[in-house]
Amino acid sequence: MPLEPELQRGGPGGAAHHSPRPLSQTDPFIRVENVSKSFGTFQAVKDVSLTIEKGEIFALLGGSGCGKTTLLRMLAGFEDPSAGRIFIDGQDMTGVPPWARPVHMMFQSYALFPHMTVERNVGYGLQHEAMTAAERRDRVREMLELVQLAPYAGRKPHQISGGQRQRVALARALARAPKLLLLDEPLAALDKKLREQTQFELMNIQDKTGVTFIVVTHDQDEAMTLSNRIAVMDKGQVRQVGTPTDVYEYPASRFVAGFIGAITFFEGVVESLGDTARIAVPDFAGPQATGTVQARPTAGLKPGQKVTLAIRPEKFSISRHRPEGPNVLAGVVRDLGYFGKDSLYRVALPSGGLVSVHAVNARRAGEAERVADWEDAVWLSFDPSAAILLGE
Amino acid sequence: MKTTTADKRENWFNRRGWRDVIIGAPYVWLIAFFLVPFLIVLAMSFATRTPTAPPFSFGGDHPLLNPEGYARLFQDDLYLRAFLTSLMNAGFATLFCLLIGYPMALGLTRIGRGWRNILLMLVILPFWTSFLLRVYAWMGLMGSNSWFNKLLTGAWNGLVPVDWAVRSIPMMNSNFAVVLVTVYTYLPFMILPLYANLEKLDRTLDEAAMDLGSRPSRVFWDITLPQSIPGIIAGGLLVFIPAAGELVIPSLVGDAGRPMIGRVISDEFASARDWPMASSVAVALLVLMVLPMMAYTHYQGRAEGRERAEGRQ
Repeated sequence: MPLEPELQRGGPGGAAHHSPRPLSQTDPFIRVENVSKSFGTFQAVKDVSLTIEKGEIFALLGGSGCGKTTLLRMLAGFEDPSAGRIFIDGQDMTGVPPWARPVHMMFQSYALFPHMTVERNVGYGLQHEAMTAAERRDRVREMLELVQLAPYAGRKPHQISGGQRQRVALARALARAPKLLLLDEPLAALDKKLREQTQFELMNIQDKTGVTFIVVTHDQDEAMTLSNRIAVMDKGQVRQVGTPTDVYEYPASRFVAGFIGAITFFEGVVESLGDTARIAVPDFAGPQATGTVQARPTAGLKPGQKVTLAIRPEKFSISRHRPEGPNVLAGVVRDLGYFGKDSLYRVALPSGGLVSVHAVNARRAGEAERVADWEDAVWLSFDPSAAILLGE
Repeated sequence: MKTTTADKRENWFNRRGWRDVIIGAPYVWLIAFFLVPFLIVLAMSFATRTPTAPPFSFGGDHPLLNPEGYARLFQDDLYLRAFLTSLMNAGFATLFCLLIGYPMALGLTRIGRGWRNILLMLVILPFWTSFLLRVYAWMGLMGSNSWFNKLLTGAWNGLVPVDWAVRSIPMMNSNFAVVLVTVYTYLPFMILPLYANLEKLDRTLDEAAMDLGSRPSRVFWDITLPQSIPGIIAGGLLVFIPAAGELVIPSLVGDAGRPMIGRVISDEFASARDWPMASSVAVALLVLMVLPMMAYTHYQGRAEGRERAEGRQ
């Protein structure tokens, strides 16, 4: 269940830093210009353009095979774009090999060198820097302290835990102070508890170092909590770029709405437009409801046009008594999942369609007195601002 | 509980007796065909040579242990020289096998699946022809009247001053010929363990090293080579040990005046009929070969034990 992103970002990560920054149109730190990549006849990345600001945590989010990893590998220099160009800090990266890029990567498997100690792993990149041995040692120490691994300097990678390996990989990637750090599924190999803790640690470290992070992930929660902005990718294309709030609350397409968080779609027709749009939704019609709802209009809608109305489960209110308000539906509880702090209902509408409703159990109630039970007739309502209109 | 046919079969396999047979079979094999013959050779090395059949006996001046064979190893420099020649030829052969085999093994891991199987097949293919035939083929090639020798001679004469010109290059009956044919013969034994080792290496590590600023050549020295040391040692032992004891190759293409140890053992047995001496040389060769291996295994085991102990802290 996706939580409100604003809530999660208030965690111990020191969230003030993580408010979205305004985009300066003049000099983006990273510019991906119409980049495509084909492997034989398969087009992994199709005409992607992105700009990423300095100091941002930017997430590339998508399912497997969406092209996010290929895009990351092109940024690192392991793959050359078939078309288009990548600029990092104003420098055209075309033809620049991985070892000459101011970019370091944290690999999904961590790719620690098994024959070297933690210390030598972290210091590996520093051999290419003009430093004295003492300076190098100090830098390694500093990095190990940053990730709280100083006592483990002499261990080999197989002698430390998965979470510690992840931090060694991070320290190694940060040791040469890259301009850009690429993180390939940084939390995927960790168990749930460690993942939450590491998430905030990553944000803290990004905050301290100021390095720009690009995170590849298939996990929407990870993308939402970690990043300032998210690019949602599908079939090699970027479908939407925006802050976590943007992509969650204002998805630009049915794909993005469905990919991020849970949502229920209804087909409808625009009846009238104005301060609020009136939409006829056949699914909502029934003996006790008119089937016309009010929603906040989006640009480009015309009366008579077919639209998709999308509503997230937590935007509904559920009650036994008919509430006041413009958008009220009647239904029957078909399924009920009780999670303690909240409950998930599947409510059948008169038309037969099922709606997911997610309600916080704010009131302390026993089983007999809870809001609704299996096969109870209930009323659902939602605010006109809660409905997303997608005029695809 | 129902007993199915599968359960019965499993029970039958799990019976203690079967397990013992399966575990015991290799031991029986090693005892019968390695340990017992070795003990016979070891005993024989302390026997006294006699003009009887078999040509040795226990008794005489040294009732049980006659160390004469071992003493002669150090008295007659024939043996020391033979050991040195063997170690040198085997050493060079191992070195060249490594220098030729390593790039081939590495290349095999970097090539597409389809080609890889064909090329691996080609590495093993020479084994399908008789070993002797292949050595004779080399004798033909190295002989002073062969097209191969003439080609090399022509190239040599064309490149060097006139004073250095030769009628043919004397390749046959030399240590050079022994090393050349040994390298040719044992190359697959170097390539295959190296390939098995290199193929398992995680290529992501190469990418990580490149990402951290290392050029591909540096990646090889820092990442690939250190991780392939077990493969190098395995391939090295597989080439070095049989090459040092090699009998056929030096007999056919080697320098008769500077015999290798295999030849010495063979001559002592067959021509001189001095079985105790031959056995002493054989035992000395075995000790010479096994000691470094044991030292390596011991050292390796200790290093691993130390790492494990540190990991537990």
